[in-house]
Amino acid sequence: MWKTILRRILIMIPEIILLSILVFLLAKAMPGDPFTGSINPRSSAAQIQHLKELNGLYDPWYQQYWNWIVHLFHGDLGQSYQYHEAVSNLIGERAINTLWLSAFTMVLTYLIALPLGLYAGKHEGKLPDTVIRVYTYVTYCIPFFVILVIGLWIFGYVLNWFPTTGSVAPTAKGLGMLSSRFFHILLPGLLGALFGTVNIVQYMRSEVIDAKRSDYVRTARSKGVPEKDIYRHHIFRNSLLPIAAFGGYSITGLLNGSIFTETIFSYPGMGMLFIDSINYRDYTVITALVLLFGVMNLLGTLLSDIILGIVDPRIRIE
Amino acid sequence: MDEENTLLELNNVSTAFKIEGQYYNAVSHVDLKVKKDEILAIVGESGCGKSTLATTVVGLHDMKTTKISGEAFFEGQDLLKMSDSQLNDVRGAKIGMIFQDPLSALNPLKKIEDQISEVLDYHTKMSTEEKHNRALQLLEQVGIDEPKRTARQFPHELSGGMRQRVIIAIAIACKPDLIIADEPTTALDVTIQAQILDVLRDIQKENHAGIILITHDLGVVAETADEVAVMYAGEVVECGTTEQVFGDPRHPYTRSLLRSMPQGDMDVLNDDLYVIQGSVPSIEKMPQAGDKFAPRIPWIPASAHEKEPTMHEISAGHEVRCTCYKDFYFKSLEVKDV
Repeated sequence: MWKTILRRILIMIPEIILLSILVFLLAKAMPGDPFTGSINPRSSAAQIQHLKELNGLYDPWYQQYWNWIVHLFHGDLGQSYQYHEAVSNLIGERAINTLWLSAFTMVLTYLIALPLGLYAGKHEGKLPDTVIRVYTYVTYCIPFFVILVIGLWIFGYVLNWFPTTGSVAPTAKGLGMLSSRFFHILLPGLLGALFGTVNIVQYMRSEVIDAKRSDYVRTARSKGVPEKDIYRHHIFRNSLLPIAAFGGYSITGLLNGSIFTETIFSYPGMGMLFIDSINYRDYTVITALVLLFGVMNLLGTLLSDIILGIVDPRIRIE
Repeated sequence: MDEENTLLELNNVSTAFKIEGQYYNAVSHVDLKVKKDEILAIVGESGCGKSTLATTVVGLHDMKTTKISGEAFFEGQDLLKMSDSQLNDVRGAKIGMIFQDPLSALNPLKKIEDQISEVLDYHTKMSTEEKHNRALQLLEQVGIDEPKRTARQFPHELSGGMRQRVIIAIAIACKPDLIIADEPTTALDVTIQAQILDVLRDIQKENHAGIILITHDLGVVAETADEVAVMYAGEVVECGTTEQVFGDPRHPYTRSLLRSMPQGDMDVLNDDLYVIQGSVPSIEKMPQAGDKFAPRIPWIPASAHEKEPTMHEISAGHEVRCTCYKDFYFKSLEVKDV
C-alpha cells in the first residue's frame, strides 16, 4: 500500500509542473495588468512602464515563469500587488478563516445528511421520504447564491439574528473572540449545509434502498436477524462505503472555500481572496491560489482512494 | 405414523403480489408435505412460483405489496400467522435457507467467520470461543479444505462453489429441522454442482433434516429427491415419489418437460428435441380460471379440461391436476405418423 501511495505522489510531480505552467500562462493571458487603473490614478504612463520593468513584466514568459518557480522553491510565493503583503501571509490568514467555515459546514452537512438519507431510504415511498425528497429537489433547483441571499436577507437583515459581514467582531477578545467567530460562521455554515446535504441525502438514500433489496440482506433475514440489527450491521455500514470515499474527497474542499458564501457574506476567506485577486489582476495571488487548489485536488483524489482501500475489503491498494 | 414424520405441511397456500394496484397470484392453492429425512424437490420452469413459495414459507416478503393466505404448519405452528419476532426465532434456527446466487448472498464487507457466527449469535448462547470453533467445524463439514484460512477471508476471495459451501454452513449452523435450498446449484458449474448436492445429502443424513430442493434441473431431481412436486404457473400440477413422477409421468406438463430433456439414446443429428409451445405467461396475463397449461397444448380439446381443475389421485401419493392427462397426446408424434 505504501508503495502505491508513494508512486501516486511521484506521479503528481509532473502533473503539478504542468498545472503550474498552465496556471501561469492563463493568469498572464487575462487582459490588463496590476497597474491598469493603477493604485495612484495620477501615475504617468512612464511611471507605470517603469514599475512594470521593475517587476519584470516585460521579460519573456518562460523567464517570468522560471523566476516564479525559483522563488516558489524558496517558499516565496511573491508579493501581492494589491495588498503589498507576502502572498503566503495573505493566504495563511485567509485559509484559517475558510477552514473554520468549511469544517463547520462539512460537519453540519454530514450530521444532517446521513440520518436523513438513511431514514428516507428505510421508509422509502412513505410520507417522511416524500417530504425529504421534495426538500432535496427544491433545494437542488434553487441556485446556491439565491439561497444565500435570501437567507442573509431574512435572518441577517429582517430578523437581525446573525451578523451579515466579516469573520469576527473587531472588538472581541479572548474567549469572546472564539464565540464571535462561531457566531459569524453560523448562518453561512447552516445555509451551506442546507445546500450541501442534498447530494449526500440522495446518495445515501439510494444506497440504503439498494442494500435493503440486496441478496446479502435477505441472507441476514433468513438467519433470523431482527430488522433493527439488519440496519445496524448490514445496511447502514455498507451504504456508508461510497459516502466515506466521497467524504475523503470533500476534505480537500476545506481550503478552497466557497466563492458564493464568502462573497455574499463578505467573509474574508480564500474564496473571496480569489475573486478579489482576479478582479485586481493580482497575478501572484491568483497563480498561488490556483496552484494550491490544484494540489489539494490531486491530494483529495489520492485520499479518497486510500480511504476506499481501507474501508472496502474488495479494494486493496497494492 | 405418517403424521409424526411430517415436518412442514402447506394447506392451500397462495401468494399474491401487488402490481399497479392489483394483486396477482404468483403461487395459488398449494398443498404440500415435507417429511423428516426426506428431500422434496419442487421443479418447474423459471417464473412458475417455486422461489416465491419458498420465501413465503419463511416470511421473507415485503408485506406491503404481498398478500399471503393459507396455512403452513411447521412443528405444530402456523408460520404464516407468526409475527416477525416469532419468525426470527424460527429462521436460521429451525429452518435454514440456501439461496440461488452465492456470489451476492454474502455480505461483501464481513469476514466469513463473522457471517457464520452471526446466526449463532441470535440462536445460541455460545461463547465467542465456542462460536469460533463451531464456525471452523461447519466449514470443515461443508468440505472446505482450510477452514482456518477461509474463516478469515472475505467473500470476494472465494470461488462460487466455496461461497455456496459457506452459505450451506450458515444454513446448517444451528442444525435446523428443515432446509430450504432455492436452486443451490444453478450458478455453479457441473462438477461443483455434484459436490454441493453431496454435501447437502450428507448433512441431511447427519441431522435427519427435511430438505426442500427447488430446482429446474430435472437431472438433479432424479438423482437426489425422494418426493417431487412439479409446479406450473403457481400451481402444483403433479406430485408423488420420484419414481412415480419420473417413471410414470401423467400431467401433460410433466410429460412435456421430461420429453424436452435430451435422452441418452437420442440421435443427436437427426432427432429434434421436444419443445413446449409458447411460454409461461407473465403474472398479469395468467388465465385466472381453468387449466393454466391448456393454452400451451391447444390441440387438446377444451372438453378434456376441467373447469375448476383439482388434484386426482392416481396411485397412493401420486396426484395430478386436471382431467386432461387422460386425453393428452403429443402433437409432434401425430404429425410424424401421418
